[in-house]
Amino acid sequence: MSKLHIDQYSNLESVIHHRDPRIKLIAFFALVLFIVITPPESFMTFALYGTFIFILILLSKIPIKYVIKRSIIIIPFVLIIVVFTPFLKKGSILWDYQIGSIKIAITYEGLIMLWNVLIKAYLSLLSMILLMASTRFINLIKAMRCLRLPKLVVMIFSFMYRYLFVLHDELTKMKYAKESRTMGDKRFFRIKVLSNMLGVLFIKSYERGESLYLAMCSRGFDGTIRTLDQDRLTKNDIFFLLLVAVLLAFIMMSGYFID
Amino acid sequence: MARRVIEIKNLTYSYPDGTDALRGINLEVFEGEILGIIGPNRAGKSTLLLHLNGILRGKGYIRILGLDISDGNLKKIRSKVGMVFQDPDNQLFMPTVFEDVAFGPLNMGLPKHEVQKAVTEALQKVDMLDSMKRISHHLSFGEKRRISIATVLSMKPEILVLDEPSSNMDPKHRRDLINFLKGLEITRIIATHDLDMVLDICNRVALIDKNTIVADGDVLDILSDKDLMEAHNLEVPYRITGYKTS
Repeated sequence: MSKLHIDQYSNLESVIHHRDPRIKLIAFFALVLFIVITPPESFMTFALYGTFIFILILLSKIPIKYVIKRSIIIIPFVLIIVVFTPFLKKGSILWDYQIGSIKIAITYEGLIMLWNVLIKAYLSLLSMILLMASTRFINLIKAMRCLRLPKLVVMIFSFMYRYLFVLHDELTKMKYAKESRTMGDKRFFRIKVLSNMLGVLFIKSYERGESLYLAMCSRGFDGTIRTLDQDRLTKNDIFFLLLVAVLLAFIMMSGYFID
Repeated sequence: MARRVIEIKNLTYSYPDGTDALRGINLEVFEGEILGIIGPNRAGKSTLLLHLNGILRGKGYIRILGLDISDGNLKKIRSKVGMVFQDPDNQLFMPTVFEDVAFGPLNMGLPKHEVQKAVTEALQKVDMLDSMKRISHHLSFGEKRRISIATVLSMKPEILVLDEPSSNMDPKHRRDLINFLKGLEITRIIATHDLDMVLDICNRVALIDKNTIVADGDVLDILSDKDLMEAHNLEVPYRITGYKTS
């Protein structure tokens, strides 16, 4: 049994958790879409989206600390991509500095672009984290299936989920075996061993993929993916979807009037 | 005389890199038989098993339930030959137990209510009905083994093929498994190193070594033959030592 917890809060009881995963998938996708199409300078609209997400998180009873912690991990990756735009983008100069023959300048347009990417990425991330944390992964997979996402893509997601745990177990076992034979290691040695372990893990996964396919064929798999689904939507689900739609429309409109 | 369900004549198979895996295999299995396949590591046991449902296709004559291994017959053969692999993590690839046990029946094209019935029956047989909604990686090893068997029982096979079914099982679950396998009524083929289990379940045994069958016959005759067993990296099970001195 694996100790990896990727959906540890998905069994809580809350209005958000009880919504049908299909509805959630649509609602959160719409939310992200609305966030992304917001004009960069509608600061009020972003604030409203932020408040909306914050209320959803409160309703879901998922600890805020957990959501923040999760979201912070991704921020550096976004930063790496956009951190130089204020210097590179041409426009009205807010601040400049001369070092020898090189002139460094920060432009207003560049700063707005940085803000635009950061706030959109962060708000989208928060909504995705909320979706993932409030839904069991297998239900999410079922939802994708119901919403007619390509079956192959859904199958890949489901394998990813299933084998993440197996791989984690294998890596843990290798780590124990390595530590059992390590007496005071040096940093360089550690990195070298880690790279070897990853190599072995890769080969193991490859071989597992082969055996897995044989096991699938043995049970009559012929390339067509067949599944059974039987969930029904409740009135509350429809109501939730409508509510989200109305709120999103409201926030978008208010953005136009306020700014 | 019972119906011949498996007929193999002069089967030869080489790995893609050219090394021999099977040479001149001749094997007949009759309906209801419980055949144990024993032999040292890398003798070719698993390779032989993979020929029984057409996963591998060596040269030679193979008839499974009277059908030859051709693309047209493959679907039928695979629904009639239930193959349980050694590593349950390879056998259980769907997120939940239900979906895994339903995988075979769905591929057979059964309608929805029959799939559900087949799943319920199969899980009942392995005494895991309560686990239908559980997630596969939350199961213990013994439970995974039982579910693995259920995943092929749900296809109502006529031949059950098992690769090392008792490995890594604690004694109680091993005993439960042995009793369970004994209680089935279909033809069973079991490749294993667990010679005590062979004594308990099988009514015939085939010894494979160096890619070919070296002995085929009565369980007690073969397992108590000290010279034969030791010549092939095996040993006479302790509880029948002295049964026959050779």
